[in-house]
This record gives sequence, structure tokens and C-alpha cells, in this order.
Amino acid sequence: MKSFYGTQLPNPLMLGTAQYPSPAILEHAFRQSGASVATVSLRREGAGGAGASFWKMIQDLGVLILPNTAGCHTVKEAVTTAHMAREVFDTKWIKLELIGHTDSLQPDVFQLVEAAKILTEDGFEVFPYTTEDLIVGERLLAAGCEVLMPWGAPIGSGRGLNNPYALRAMRAEFPDVPLVVDAGIGLPSHASHAMELGYDAVLLNTAVARAGDPVAMARAMMAAIEAGLLAHQADPIEARDMAEASTPIIGKAFLS
Amino acid sequence: MTLYSVIGAGVAGLAVATELVERGAKVQIFDPSGPPGAHGCSWWAGGMLAPWCEYENAEEPVLRLGQEAIHWWKSKTNVTERGTLVVAGRRDLPDLRRFARRTEGYRQIGPELSELEPDLSGYSQGLYFANEAHLNPRRALMDLYHALRDKGTIFHKETAPDQLDNAIDCRGLQAREALQDLRGVKGEMLVIHCPDVTITRPVRLLHPRIPLYIVPRCDGVYMLGATMIESEDSGRITARSMLELLSAAYALNPAFGEAEVLEIGVDLRPAFPDNLPRIRRLGGRIYANGLYRHGYLLAPALARGVADLALNNIHSEMVDEDRN
Repeated sequence: MKSFYGTQLPNPLMLGTAQYPSPAILEHAFRQSGASVATVSLRREGAGGAGASFWKMIQDLGVLILPNTAGCHTVKEAVTTAHMAREVFDTKWIKLELIGHTDSLQPDVFQLVEAAKILTEDGFEVFPYTTEDLIVGERLLAAGCEVLMPWGAPIGSGRGLNNPYALRAMRAEFPDVPLVVDAGIGLPSHASHAMELGYDAVLLNTAVARAGDPVAMARAMMAAIEAGLLAHQADPIEARDMAEASTPIIGKAFLS
Repeated sequence: MTLYSVIGAGVAGLAVATELVERGAKVQIFDPSGPPGAHGCSWWAGGMLAPWCEYENAEEPVLRLGQEAIHWWKSKTNVTERGTLVVAGRRDLPDLRRFARRTEGYRQIGPELSELEPDLSGYSQGLYFANEAHLNPRRALMDLYHALRDKGTIFHKETAPDQLDNAIDCRGLQAREALQDLRGVKGEMLVIHCPDVTITRPVRLLHPRIPLYIVPRCDGVYMLGATMIESEDSGRITARSMLELLSAAYALNPAFGEAEVLEIGVDLRPAFPDNLPRIRRLGGRIYANGLYRHGYLLAPALARGVADLALNNIHSEMVDEDRN
């Protein structure tokens, strides 16, 4: 597995921490799925350490923490939030999210590149939430990012991979860059699909937190991600139009 | 005769005191802030007795124990039994289907929705929870308070002494130095006045991120609630929360745009990690806490559990492992 800024993830499931019915269910979802990374939103949970109880609970999970700038609409907001995150969680990692469109929560890729540059120059290790656009990807790498996180579909939509063709192209274009499908996952099969395409990790939140049984869904996601990873490593067969019998027909000794 | 000392005069403390007195015990109450008021988070509650709606996003005890609440409150304060309506905007109908799948005790309604609530004419699909009810939380607190006083319960407007026999600590978040796993969950609400709109039962408007509700009080006054934020900052409402609350009202009926904003409420709900209440013996006190967003819904069950433990040493399901 590729390393994320020098860190090897124990497994490729990154799980968000918002919207669970209770912190206890959140904790069980992490423990029973074994997810290796927890993303945390700082903006909403208040400045000045007001969310400290909740954050401590997340830290006590003992997984890697990836703070995010969810809900930020400008470079300035995102940079401020990133600094706060570095202080609270004592990590250089930041998932950079810059929302550009209210209804689709689509990233504003222009501001994203700008903020990524500012933050990497300031010593942050940036995980940018981006679209599947190759040129934006290049610009983010040029800005100092060493990870790209293209969307599968709009945040919380549960639609799966809207554009598998573009995600495949991105994988081919950046063979050595750790790539994470972030957002849009609704079902384990979606997560598996991302891994089958050769992605290095999957980041999801709503699909688990808002499921009727978040703990079961978290386990299902992990199982699917492991299946997709194994399948990718196993070099799957090519799809073809006609049947290819798995046992030879010609030369059978007896016709019965 | 044993004298029980209840500490805290919010919904938990008053319900516990009431239950004890009804079972023949002698009770005194300590609260340095005095009678119920804006200093306590139960002052800012919605007052919905809605176990079936809450069950959509809560664990099973909320549904089962919450169903006792209507009966308990009816003998103590005015309870309005007109059910709850749950509606969603056209593009959020998947959320209505999810809500329906995850709970029970409702019927699907279509155009007859406008017969139940003529002022919700923009909505033609919803869920009707006929057995739910609501009360006015401030009136309920005052009714408990006055009934206790009438029966001879003494209120001390002072901090309870540290050494106190038979003490029952119902201080909510104030008790967190003793209850390490208690946290605050920020809630923001508004009270508005809008005589142009008539809504007669609590209405919940589903939305992918922010489930909001409106509860009618009386004389054109409505409570709009409530945000749920994992933050312990009880200072002020944010512009975003205010926008979300007011947008919800406006979406239900644009005439709410003309409403006057009477009050803004911000406070912290005391909650344990599973968001369920607990009764816990600790250092000679019984702690009853963690009602979270279910103050009026679960206070009766909490009070019964405390009385069972204090008077009869019966351990109901809310009793945590004893940590003496």
C-alpha cells in the first residue's frame, strides 16, 4: 500500500465522525469495523475548545485523526480552521474542503489550489477534497499535495461512483500518488468499486452514520473495501462479450 | 421519617421530587438559582412527548420508556393530545421514506394533511403520529413547583451542603465534576409570535442535515427548535443556526416571514455517550442525569427509577453499575 505522507494506513477505510445517533454508536462503528482513520469537523463544533469533550472521545478511539475544513467556503476560513485543527489534534494532516456550490457541495477547485499552496508552505500535509478533473489534480500536486481525494458523487448523496471512467483515468494518470475516493458512497458495493479501480482508500461518513444500524454498515463497508482491494491485487479478468467455457468442450472423451 | 434532598430544580429534579412525594416520602429541594427559570436548560425545551418520532434516531428505551410520559404528565399539567406531523419538502422525500422505515406508530397521509393543518397547504405527503402529545415546558415546571410547595416541600434557594444524607443530585451538566462521562450538547431555539399562522400540533420538517420542528404554544406563539451541536459553548446562537431555524419556519408557511422573534434560547443538554439517561450511586449520592434531548419525555421514567432505588432499593434499567 502507498503511504500517506510517510504513514502506512493499517487498512484503507477512512470514516467520518458526524451525524451518528450517539457517540457510543460512533465508537462501536469504529471498533467493530476497524477503520483506521477518523475525520473530524472543527468548524461546526465550535471554536475555543467548546467541542473538547467530543474531540477527546474521538482521540480516545486510538485511530489516526484527519481533521477537516468541512463547511468552509473561502480560503481564509479554511486556513484558519486548519490552524485550529493543528493545535487541537496536534497533527499536520488536514483534509482540505472548500465548498463552492450550496446544493451539490461541489468543491471550489480554484480556491482549493490556492489554499493547498498556502497550507503546504506552512508545513501542513494536505488531503484535498477535489473533483475527478486531471488538471486540477496536477495543480494540487504542484501546490505541494501528496494525496488526492476525488469525489465519487456529491457529499451525502449515496449515489456511488458517478463517473468511473474519469476515476479510472485519474488512477492511470497518477499511478504513484495515493488516491482516495471521498464522498458519495452509499453502499458497500460502491466502496468496493473504488478499491477495484485501484484506489488506495475510501472516505465515507453519511452512508454509515445515517444507516439504520451504523455499526453493521461500518463492518459491511470494511468487508467490501477489503474485497475490492484483494480483487484489485488479484488482477481481475477482462470482461468479454461471449462466453468462455471454463471447461474445454473439444476433445471430451465421452459424450453423454 | 427519612428526608430526601433533591439538588436541582429543573425537569429532572422536580419530576424526581414529585414522584417521591407521591409515594409518601418527605422531600426538600436545593437550587441556588431558585424556582425554575431561564437558568436551566429545561426552560428552553420543546416539550414534545413524541417517543415514536424520537425513535427514528434513538435507541429502544426512548420508545418504550417515553410512552409512559403522557400519562404521567396528564395528572400534573396541561397536555395537548393532538399528535405530531412529519413532513418533507419535495426534494427531501427520500428522508420521509427513511423516517417511516425506522419507526412505528404513524399512518401515511396525503392530501388530508391539509384537513389536519390547513396552514400547511404546501405539503401533500406526511406521517401522522396520532398518539403523540406536547406540553408547555415552562408551565409544566411551574405546575410541578407549585404542587410540591402546596404539599409542604421546602425549597432552599442555596447551594446544597456537601454533606447531605439521602441526597439525589439532578443538577444536569453542573454535576459533571462527579460524572466524568457526561458531556454538553449545544441546542439553539427561537420563540416567535405569528398570529397569522395557525398550527395546532408539533410539526417536524425533515431535511438531510437539520431536522427541525415547530411546537405551538398558545396565542400565536411558536417554539422553533432545535440545533444539535457537539459543543459546550452555551454563549450565543450563531447566524447559521438562526438562518436554519427561520428558514424551516418559512418553508412550512411563508407567512412565518412576518413573525416577531420573541426569544432566543441557547443552552447545553446533559448527555452520556449513548444519549440515554442514567441513575448512578456515587459517593453517597444518587445521581440522576443525562436526559439529553428527552427531558420531558424521559423525566417520568427517570423519576420512577430514582424513587424505586431510593425507597425500595429496586434497580431499574437506568441504574448504572453501582460505583460506591
